[in-house]
Amino acid sequence: MINIAAILFYLFSGVLLSSAMMVVTARNTVHGVLFLILAFFNAAGLFILANAEFLALLLVVVYVGAVAVLFLFVVMMLNVEMGNIQKTAREYSVAGGLIGGTLAVELILMLYSWNTSPEAFEMISSPISKDGVTNTQALGNLIYTHYALIFQASGIILLIAMVGAIVLTLRHREGIRRQKIGDQLARDPKDSVSLVDISPGSGI
Amino acid sequence: MTIGLDHYLIVAALLFTIGGIGTFLNRKNVIVILMSIELMLLAVNINFVAFSQYLGDMLGQVFALFVLTIAAAESAIGLAILVVYFRNRGDISVEDLNMMKG
Amino acid sequence: MEILAIIAVFSPLLGFLGAGTFGEKLGDRFSQIVTCGLMGLSTLLSIYLFYKLALGERTLSIELFTWIQVEFLQVSWGLQLDSLSLVMMGVVTIVSLMVHLYSVGYMDGDQGVPRFMGYLSLFTFFMLILVTAPNLLQMFFGWEGVGLCSYLLIGFWYNRESANEAAIKAFLVNRIGDIGFVLGILTIFVMFGTLDFTAFFDILEQHQTDSFRFFGVEFHALTLASMLLFIGAMGKSAQIGLHTWLPDAMEGPTPVSALIHAATMVTAGVFMVVRLSPLLEYAPFAREFITLTGGVTALMAATIACVQNDIKRIIAYSTCSQLGYMFMAAGLSGYSASMFHLTTHAFFKALLFLGAGSVIHAMSDEQDIQKMGGIWKFIPVTYTVMWIGSLALMGFPFFSGFYSKDIILEVDWASGLPIGKLAFYFGLTAAILTAFYSVRLILLTFHGKSRADDTVMGHIHESPLVMLLPLVVLAIGSVFAGYSLDKLFVGEETTFWGNAIFVLPQDEVISKAHHVLPWVHWSPAIMGFIGMIIGYVFYERLKELPAQLSRSFKGIYLFLYHKWYFDELYDKLFVNSSLKLGKVLWEEGDQEIIDGLGPNGFSTVAYVGGGLLSRLQTGYIYHYAFGMFIGIVFIVGWYFWL
Repeated sequence: MINIAAILFYLFSGVLLSSAMMVVTARNTVHGVLFLILAFFNAAGLFILANAEFLALLLVVVYVGAVAVLFLFVVMMLNVEMGNIQKTAREYSVAGGLIGGTLAVELILMLYSWNTSPEAFEMISSPISKDGVTNTQALGNLIYTHYALIFQASGIILLIAMVGAIVLTLRHREGIRRQKIGDQLARDPKDSVSLVDISPGSGI
Repeated sequence: MTIGLDHYLIVAALLFTIGGIGTFLNRKNVIVILMSIELMLLAVNINFVAFSQYLGDMLGQVFALFVLTIAAAESAIGLAILVVYFRNRGDISVEDLNMMKG
Repeated sequence: MEILAIIAVFSPLLGFLGAGTFGEKLGDRFSQIVTCGLMGLSTLLSIYLFYKLALGERTLSIELFTWIQVEFLQVSWGLQLDSLSLVMMGVVTIVSLMVHLYSVGYMDGDQGVPRFMGYLSLFTFFMLILVTAPNLLQMFFGWEGVGLCSYLLIGFWYNRESANEAAIKAFLVNRIGDIGFVLGILTIFVMFGTLDFTAFFDILEQHQTDSFRFFGVEFHALTLASMLLFIGAMGKSAQIGLHTWLPDAMEGPTPVSALIHAATMVTAGVFMVVRLSPLLEYAPFAREFITLTGGVTALMAATIACVQNDIKRIIAYSTCSQLGYMFMAAGLSGYSASMFHLTTHAFFKALLFLGAGSVIHAMSDEQDIQKMGGIWKFIPVTYTVMWIGSLALMGFPFFSGFYSKDIILEVDWASGLPIGKLAFYFGLTAAILTAFYSVRLILLTFHGKSRADDTVMGHIHESPLVMLLPLVVLAIGSVFAGYSLDKLFVGEETTFWGNAIFVLPQDEVISKAHHVLPWVHWSPAIMGFIGMIIGYVFYERLKELPAQLSRSFKGIYLFLYHKWYFDELYDKLFVNSSLKLGKVLWEEGDQEIIDGLGPNGFSTVAYVGGGLLSRLQTGYIYHYAFGMFIGIVFIVGWYFWL
């Protein structure tokens, strides 16, 4: 009896790989992004199978919810045309496919000649505890204590990324009126209002 | 059969290869390159998580978390650059990306 | 005494260095004073040493320092002063000093005066090194050095194409002789293991019947060595076969011709033969060859001189002829007679050349005697000294040439060998011709109606004192050298030469020469008279006769005029094929193959390679990404295979 885990695994990985292929080869870029989203979902499924629930859902929230949506924004905004694959892609794809195939073969072959050393199991720095903390709690125990520095650093990196994105894309448009709060607040009644005595009938 | 470490690693290897091919084999536009990079990072994440489960070490998942963070930041910046590039050039075809020719 | 010898030999070198390094900055006058002064010092010292050593019958050997010191060969620099080298030193320094002084006047205004004076001194230095050499290698050093200076001085006016060609021709023909010289040195070395004169002269007697394998053929060793060394002498002394360079060497300034091609360099060959007298005494075949060569050359050169029109060329061929005389005597073991004639010849030939230079200077650089004439009243001193020199050359009684030429022909006759008799007749014929062409030269140059144009005749002037003084000194030498040195050099009882010249008892010929029949004794003088009369008739009385004769005997005339067609023969045989070979080697060998593989090849490879490599820089990022990917594949593969 084949266990459910195996079936799910093959299902997830199959869809993952095929949607990855489609990302690369899709004609319409929007389709490509959508396939990317599908790939992420399946990867999240794989993660759950590997007992890393927090990470799986994080994948969905961050990757799908933010990054992929961002991609979609940009694709829509840039109004990308339907790409026409040049004929010259043919000859390159042979060579490229060959190289890629070589890499895949090498990586897979490496697995079969590789043995885990017995000491590896003793060298674990943060063993998964058997008492019933959830995955989330276990991760939190590590991040906020041992790896707090890295955590803060990654926060700063995100901040820099945000600032960087804004700096890169900021355009100063001419002729647009904006509110300058500072100027508004600095207005003096004496400069803005003046009392003029006018005789009736004549204009200003 | 039981899913062991090998299976995860094979999947990750294939995914990495697909992502790698995607960077240079596309003729459409630059966004595909960025998406292929995301795929490669995903493959690495799968690797980390697989090892974390096999060795019983939480450290793999911690690292995968940070990789995720960095991937997000990087894609944001990458897209920002792309937008600016598009503003200057008008289209994002890969064929025209030869200003570094020398 | 050693110090004096060293100063005498090395002061001309100092003169060269002084003029060469500072001449440009400090000016012509400086170079002239420095070189003449140092040359004068050398001359005085040489004369002093001659008095002290040679006349006192002492010799002096000074070792300066070691040159080569390996287990099978020791060669040192040194100075060997015996009568032979002292005589040569005296001749060389006196003539050189006169030429230095003369050049001050002759080359005045030329733009290369420091260079010229420096080269003259350098030449003198090399010549002195040559004559004082105690071993064959130092002699060869001096030999090559004088050849080099000859090249530099012939090509002194380097803007002239003909001068450059003549200089190269002189050097190349000398070089061919030098091949013989070097092979001779090697033969001596292989046989005796040493190159020192004193060392191998002592052991010659034991080796006199040795034989030597040369290119697979057995030769009598000493004969082989002598022949090879004589080939070197033939090149340097312009004997028949290797004589073609001497007339062309007249492209150089006249003082150069006087010094190098009359008195000193060309006599180096004679000096070498006399120095090697011990060796030659055991090689009778070589000596007969030397005599034959000398005789034929004497005759040949005299015939060519009769029809030349360039004043310097006539004198050049005359030199060639007189050198033949010297070799004639040397080959018959009359070495002292050779040296005697060498000394007297140095004086009167240098005088003739310098006098010719004076004429050329007076005639505004005209050298063709067909364009001269009727100038004896304008340049009386030059005219007088030219007569003196010519009379000495002709062997007119009581001038110096009379004594030396006489003893040579007496030696020829008295030797008793058939080759000697043949040489005697050659010498007599050459004597007639010598007188003939000398008188021809004087009559055509100085007498008769002027054939020069008016501008030249307007500028005619006697040379300045600085040019006339050497002429007078040399004239005195030409007149008195013969008489005063006769007893000393070739007297019957003389012991002057001592060990410097070696003659086997059975070959002793000088004393025999003094006892020849009277007609033999007077025949050269009589021949000289006959020649003079013929010349006078041809060029003063029956002035139409030469032109008529040259027309009727046109073949002979052209044969003589074209110098027996030697130059054309050599052109066909050697020069053209060498030029072709050189051209092929240059264009294909050097330019295409060596340059193509070497520098040009490298640059082409670099260029093409660079072009290929630059195609990697396409600018497309995905190409670069592909490259990176391939790199990853390789790295993974590397670790996989490890």
